[in-house]
Amino acid sequence: MRGLDEVLNGGLPSGRATLVAGGPGCGKSLLALEILVRGYEEFGEPGVVLTFEETEQELRDDARSLGFDLARLEAEGGLAMDYIEVERDRIEQTGEFDLEALFIRLQLAIDSIGAKRVVLDTIEVLFAALDDTAVLRSELRRLFRWLKERHVVAIITAERGDGGLTRHGLEEYVSDCVILLDHRVTDQLATRRLRIVKYRGSVHGTGEFPFLIDDTGFSVLPITSLDLDHPASDDPVPSGVAGLDAMLDLGGYYRGSTVMVSGAAGTGKSILAAHFAAACCARGECTVLLAFEESPAQIVRNLRSVGLDLARYLADGTLRIHAGRPSQVGLESHLLRLYKLVDEFEPRNVVIDPITDFHGQGTTLDVKAMLMRMVDLLKRRNITGLFTSITPATGAEDPIVSSLIDCWIQLRNVELRGERNRSIHVVKSRGMGHSNQVREFLIDDAGIRLLDVALGPEGVLIGRDRPKAGET
Amino acid sequence: MSEPITDDPEKWHLRLYVAGKSDRCTKAVANLERICEEHLAGRYTIEIVDLLERPQLAKGEQIVAIPTLVRQLPPPVRKIIGDLSDEERVLIGLDLRPRP
Repeated sequence: MRGLDEVLNGGLPSGRATLVAGGPGCGKSLLALEILVRGYEEFGEPGVVLTFEETEQELRDDARSLGFDLARLEAEGGLAMDYIEVERDRIEQTGEFDLEALFIRLQLAIDSIGAKRVVLDTIEVLFAALDDTAVLRSELRRLFRWLKERHVVAIITAERGDGGLTRHGLEEYVSDCVILLDHRVTDQLATRRLRIVKYRGSVHGTGEFPFLIDDTGFSVLPITSLDLDHPASDDPVPSGVAGLDAMLDLGGYYRGSTVMVSGAAGTGKSILAAHFAAACCARGECTVLLAFEESPAQIVRNLRSVGLDLARYLADGTLRIHAGRPSQVGLESHLLRLYKLVDEFEPRNVVIDPITDFHGQGTTLDVKAMLMRMVDLLKRRNITGLFTSITPATGAEDPIVSSLIDCWIQLRNVELRGERNRSIHVVKSRGMGHSNQVREFLIDDAGIRLLDVALGPEGVLIGRDRPKAGET
Repeated sequence: MSEPITDDPEKWHLRLYVAGKSDRCTKAVANLERICEEHLAGRYTIEIVDLLERPQLAKGEQIVAIPTLVRQLPPPVRKIIGDLSDEERVLIGLDLRPRP
């Protein structure tokens, strides 16, 4: 499963029991189910589900929303399900009993397909149905021992409790691995998080990992992979604007580096970003553009007015525009979307326009963590990333972001004597020399064009102060 | 186990699920036979289902605990789990005695 093995440092403990605990609706059953489905699909290990809360048909329906066809797995012998219905009010209890019939049913299901994985979802329903908790507890102990003896990977789901991890203290019996799922809403945004609480005999990523459930199942985002060990390429990637390339000693950005273009509204950030994307596509490099402010059609139309034809690259598949309001989904979802786009298209370049739209999606810390992981993801795959950033009216740059950035280009509106002119300069460019000049640039129907520096007696001349043609 | 009397309109059919010949199961069989003789003499049949021999039968009646007694007839179906050592509760569970 995407990310979970990484978080668990290799996967679930083999031949042991894992407890998945969480509140209602946090995805316990789906996680357990996906582990079974993937176990069969990817490792050829059949699995058994003993379901206590939902019927077999309900489980099939649930799984369909994740894109899993349980009926097919059942037909292939990859899955066996048994719905165990215990209704308290129809059962009278007199004298001693045990849960041997449950063992017999489980054994039957395991034997029917040679199962290697077993899900018990949610066995604590038994606590509601049977009064004799002493018997129940000793039988559960016996059950987990029994599972261990059979060397099956067992996944037991349990409701989150107030006092302990689970309502009925199941963690006492399942001591090998406990995965806690959490679904919380902060500032009207729901995020799902996963935490490994206990994992004997192995290291695992600590802390909370965001996860997402969508039509392809679970995705967990490990944070631990933030070791700084990504490759460093020497190859240049042209910025798409010849004049800007000339300001960078390399003749462009480093491949796999992270570039930020910042500036106030209307300084031409998106256009500069589009130049970059178009130049990449023109070289046949697959490029992904994540846009948060305009629809793809609007982007294409607007850029046509500055001479950039993105429609061509959209048509031939080199460009992929993914547009959406940032608040549609939580921060984690943005990261996951990027993960998925990167997996799917294997782009060499990614443009995000603008990253400042993430603010307000979480705390500053959350946003920084997510940007860091985005940068990390791109660097790991040697993908060149270009982010635009809207400078607030106060002019203060975002220090949390700038430390993540390798190359920082700043665009400005210079207002002077009734004229607004645009300027561009390189704030920093790690690993290469760069021009220290502030250059004026124009945006016309051929896009961004840097003007030659015109020097007057008191420094650089811009706008109407420039000498007219033939005057120099 | 016992011969049903066909002309009695109130026929009882009881099914007892066990797993092998453990003490608990043997005790349950003995308790059931005794209770039936005392309270249902002549109008009951007992069917013993050993799930070790026929495991696939556990699902049909949603058997989880062993022993489980199921009153098949008369309707409605009643379930009693345990070795049936508490006669009072067995009778209540079978509706042979009103609930307290």
